[in-house]
Amino acid sequence: MIDLLSLGFLQRALLAGVLVSLLCGVLSIFVVLRRMAFLGAGISHSAFGGVTLGFLLGVNPLWTGIGFSVLVALAIEWAQTHTRVEEDTAIGIFFAASMALGLVFLHLSRSYNADAFGLLFGNILAIDRTQVWQIFGITVAVLFIILAFFKEMVFLSFDEEMAWVSGVPVKALRYLFLVIMALVIIVSIYLVGIILVSALLVIPGATAQNLGKQLWNMLLISAIVAVGCTAGGLLLSCLLDFPSGATIVLLLSLVYLLTTAVPWLRSRHTGR
Amino acid sequence: MEELAVEMKGVTVAYNGVSVLEDINLEIKAGRYVGILGPNGAGKSTLLKTILGLIRPNQGEVAVFGQSPQKLRSHGRPVGYLPQRPLGNPHFPVSVLDVVLMGRYGRIGLCRRAREEDRQSARRQLELLGIPHLAGKLIGEISGGEQQRVFIARALGAEPRLLVLDEPTVSLDVCVQDEVFELVFELKQKLDLTILVVSHDIGAVARHVDDIICINRRIHVHQPPPLGRLGLESTFGCSVEYLFHGQIPHRVVKAQDD
Repeated sequence: MIDLLSLGFLQRALLAGVLVSLLCGVLSIFVVLRRMAFLGAGISHSAFGGVTLGFLLGVNPLWTGIGFSVLVALAIEWAQTHTRVEEDTAIGIFFAASMALGLVFLHLSRSYNADAFGLLFGNILAIDRTQVWQIFGITVAVLFIILAFFKEMVFLSFDEEMAWVSGVPVKALRYLFLVIMALVIIVSIYLVGIILVSALLVIPGATAQNLGKQLWNMLLISAIVAVGCTAGGLLLSCLLDFPSGATIVLLLSLVYLLTTAVPWLRSRHTGR
Repeated sequence: MEELAVEMKGVTVAYNGVSVLEDINLEIKAGRYVGILGPNGAGKSTLLKTILGLIRPNQGEVAVFGQSPQKLRSHGRPVGYLPQRPLGNPHFPVSVLDVVLMGRYGRIGLCRRAREEDRQSARRQLELLGIPHLAGKLIGEISGGEQQRVFIARALGAEPRLLVLDEPTVSLDVCVQDEVFELVFELKQKLDLTILVVSHDIGAVARHVDDIICINRRIHVHQPPPLGRLGLESTFGCSVEYLFHGQIPHRVVKAQDD
């Protein structure tokens, strides 16, 4: 194990994994409380179009991915507030159209299948130093924004209409939350890939709901579960020679399943 | 001249081309306790939301204490509001004190944390509502009646002059319903508030309010009690039968089309 940890690529993977999972753990609480799991899946699949556009244009896929995901997230929000389309329908449309566009871009760019495979299922072990710095920058920016607007985000998650009446700029904060979500999803693609990224946005928060009752407790639990399962899953994947993204998600799912017994035990104990 | 809390001139609101409110002209003087009655789909909640600024009218003007609701909101003196179903997620992990503090978030401002004076103000609201002992409890762990008190405390958080309550007793048992109306009446007296309350409970509304607005797309203003059968029938669009408890009609027990 110590030999493994001395490997440069694994150190970079661990550092990037911890940063990304910390972000996902914090955001996951809001995704679960606001019931936005499907939106997370929609944005992550839409990112495929943006990242493959980067391959096609020969530019850094991180930036095209961020731009594309943010645009799709904002378009979903715009469609549901300005047209008769419901949110899940809008997500379904953008999700499929972006994936299809991504496949066309991939075909035109003649990229290696390995690139596409890494995008879909993640390849954190191949991460380089520059990418670690990019992830670090996005982590700091997103955590700062969440901390700055924390009380408003909680209020929006609790009751949007009342938040507006109380003078909170609801529309601007909704858009801001979508931008944050798109940023976090793009960096999470390095870790677990497009297909599995919604697991990182949902399972830590859902696990925290099983274990905690107060918001700050839940935030802490969610972050610990996300970081712990990511670090554990990475090391386990190296030891067992399993795909890293899938191992992380399986570990998260196992922890979630184990914690589902807690609310049941608690209700039996209190007799409610 | 008496100050007007709410003034609506020629207000029309339509959804997808179907009008919900038609040519509403209304003046509510400051300090009045006003009940709003009407059948389902009559536009009761739409009227409240137009006054709050949540819905912009297709035609006409709305003024709350002489200003547009949007302007009032941006000046940090919003209207206090109790929505019809204020608790969407009963497992939401916030305490009663956190919920009451939310009412002050607009005043506190973006990127600022609640200060000690905000916490003290929230505790004062809880004391006013007779529930200071619930401050540390989770919102989902208290009874329906206690939750309504908490949400009324939140509505008072921004120290409003106008309090708007949308069906405050809708999911409460009969004893608690009366308690809520009594409580709102006491708050009006103590805080010198203007109150608008939407309710189906004609008897309870008639007992406490100064004026009754009957609404069915258009409005009629009455001065209770007693509340005339003809007035109610013209609002509800069908015949109504009263169950009398003493002097005041307590409840509509039957509504039928002849």
